[in-house]
Amino acid sequence: MSPEAICNLLKKRFGEAIVATAADTPHPCAVVRAVDWLVVARFLRDDPQLRFNMLRCITALDLVADNKLAAVYDLVAMHDKWAAGNREQGRASEQTGSVADDGGGLDYACLHIFAVRIEVERANPHIPSVAAVWPAADWHEREAYDLMGIRFDQHPDEVSDHDGTHPRRILCPDDWEGYPLRKDYLYPLEYHGIPGTTEYELTSPKH
Amino acid sequence: MKNLILESQPDIYFDSELQQDLQTEEMLVNMGPQHPATHGVLRVVLRTDGEYVLEAVPHIGYLHRCAEKIGENLQPYQYVPKTDRMDYLAAMNNNQIFSIAVEKLAGLQVPERARQIRVIMAELNRLASHLVAFGTYGLDMGAFTPFLYAFREREMILDLFEMVCGARLTYSYITPGGVMVDLPEGFVERCYEFLDYFMPKIAEYNDLLSYNHIFIKRTANVGVISAADAIAWGLTGPVLRGSGVQWDLRKNLPYEGYEQYEFEVPVGMSAGGKMAVPAGWPDTVVPESVVVGDSWNRYAMRVVEMYWSALIVRQALDRLAPGDIIGKVPKNMKLPAAEVYFEGEGARGQLGFLVVGDGFAIPARVKARGPSFCNLSILDHVCRNCLLADVPAIVGSIDVVMGEVDR
Repeated sequence: MSPEAICNLLKKRFGEAIVATAADTPHPCAVVRAVDWLVVARFLRDDPQLRFNMLRCITALDLVADNKLAAVYDLVAMHDKWAAGNREQGRASEQTGSVADDGGGLDYACLHIFAVRIEVERANPHIPSVAAVWPAADWHEREAYDLMGIRFDQHPDEVSDHDGTHPRRILCPDDWEGYPLRKDYLYPLEYHGIPGTTEYELTSPKH
Repeated sequence: MKNLILESQPDIYFDSELQQDLQTEEMLVNMGPQHPATHGVLRVVLRTDGEYVLEAVPHIGYLHRCAEKIGENLQPYQYVPKTDRMDYLAAMNNNQIFSIAVEKLAGLQVPERARQIRVIMAELNRLASHLVAFGTYGLDMGAFTPFLYAFREREMILDLFEMVCGARLTYSYITPGGVMVDLPEGFVERCYEFLDYFMPKIAEYNDLLSYNHIFIKRTANVGVISAADAIAWGLTGPVLRGSGVQWDLRKNLPYEGYEQYEFEVPVGMSAGGKMAVPAGWPDTVVPESVVVGDSWNRYAMRVVEMYWSALIVRQALDRLAPGDIIGKVPKNMKLPAAEVYFEGEGARGQLGFLVVGDGFAIPARVKARGPSFCNLSILDHVCRNCLLADVPAIVGSIDVVMGEVDR
């Protein structure tokens, strides 16, 4: 399916849960409302037309201009051409030319690629966890919390703090303060007696 | 006891009343961060009951070097050396995939010769990386000799790289728009010489390690990952293919002209199966007691892939066209306000980069999706109910590079 067809299907099925779509960009995606994400995710995985069985990556973004945080989910549908068990038969019929070959001669072919984007308020960044839909999300969500501070609710590996629960940190130590990838992150000047750097003007050197 | 309890029905060990009597006190075993079998600074906390592992929790982050934050402060060409240090055993592949992501974002054109050189470099580096995986996996399983053989051949590949760009580990050779310098005089001949020498060696590796009785005993039917699990956990590369999923981005979503090269994608098989090798080379028959998705299959994927990588290098050398090695790249390249996610087949799996531009020379965000990061996340799921001595066999067969896991 083309990204446009996927966008239309989602819009038709979920209506206002799909906030916006961008089908003809280099990175086609649909913006989904955070509260509906778990339902949409299950649909993306289970719908016989879509079958997005692999979650490739979750990227956390800091949208400073909109005062929002975003999570981008990159999905791919890997399609087993011969539906297990039928492999030998399938290969034989492929040689006679009766099956269309769309995977470069491999058993698996790429059905389609799509991305989902979820934007949440910076002050209250809650997104439902999809680790139950794609187990791959477990570590990606932990990383997104660790580095960007997006709180994934009902995460399988969660700990609580004064603001409620959040996934356990993964790359930084458990007692680390702040979320390093946010644009307004202040570099710590001290961590357990280890001095941080003060030599540089630590703002973004951009512009 | 092992046959009776574990191999037939793993769960019975934990359920039946009879076994309750045999259970001993649970113990936490800390494996790493400097345990030699964990390939770097991976720490796994194992909850064990006697010799059985009940839970294996990986703790990562010991090598976290803020690669993504640094990406928000450097121009793409300056960031290329940083990608070297992610998967330091396959730096060319990292350079290549990051460069393609930037090219897609900025709309740069790459000359044909540069694309061919990139394929040569990426496949040679895949060979070097698989050789390390092969050698160190032998070490993990108690075989020292294969390691020396593997490093002998890897040394030759590193010499070739040194000839091209002066570096032996962190190359920064491939850059957005093309490659840094042209191939030196005599490189093509030396590369052919190396391939002639190398291809017969692969059968030697099989004799040395793949069909070694002890090695098969240690790896066959150990750490089995089903195809459905492999896909759900986002595993890629040899680990995914070892589980019987024939999926390779070089074929499925070709980039860098891979669709012009003839090669096949080997896939995990159970005992008696014949792995796909190029015509004229000895068959790689899967030995007894191996099942799809076990450690032996994951290991064998890398050995058999070496044939095809060597074949791709040869094809690329054959058709090497004269011409430019780098396209037009503006000095102070402004990245358009858009985002691009690109994934390519690295040595360990699919390496992905999401690059977000916002009209300035420095990207607003660079996200790296390391294949080792995703491959490692299944460790707990696989290690449950296995023997303590099998943990190194499983970790080794996943072949993680911690530089990429922690970034």
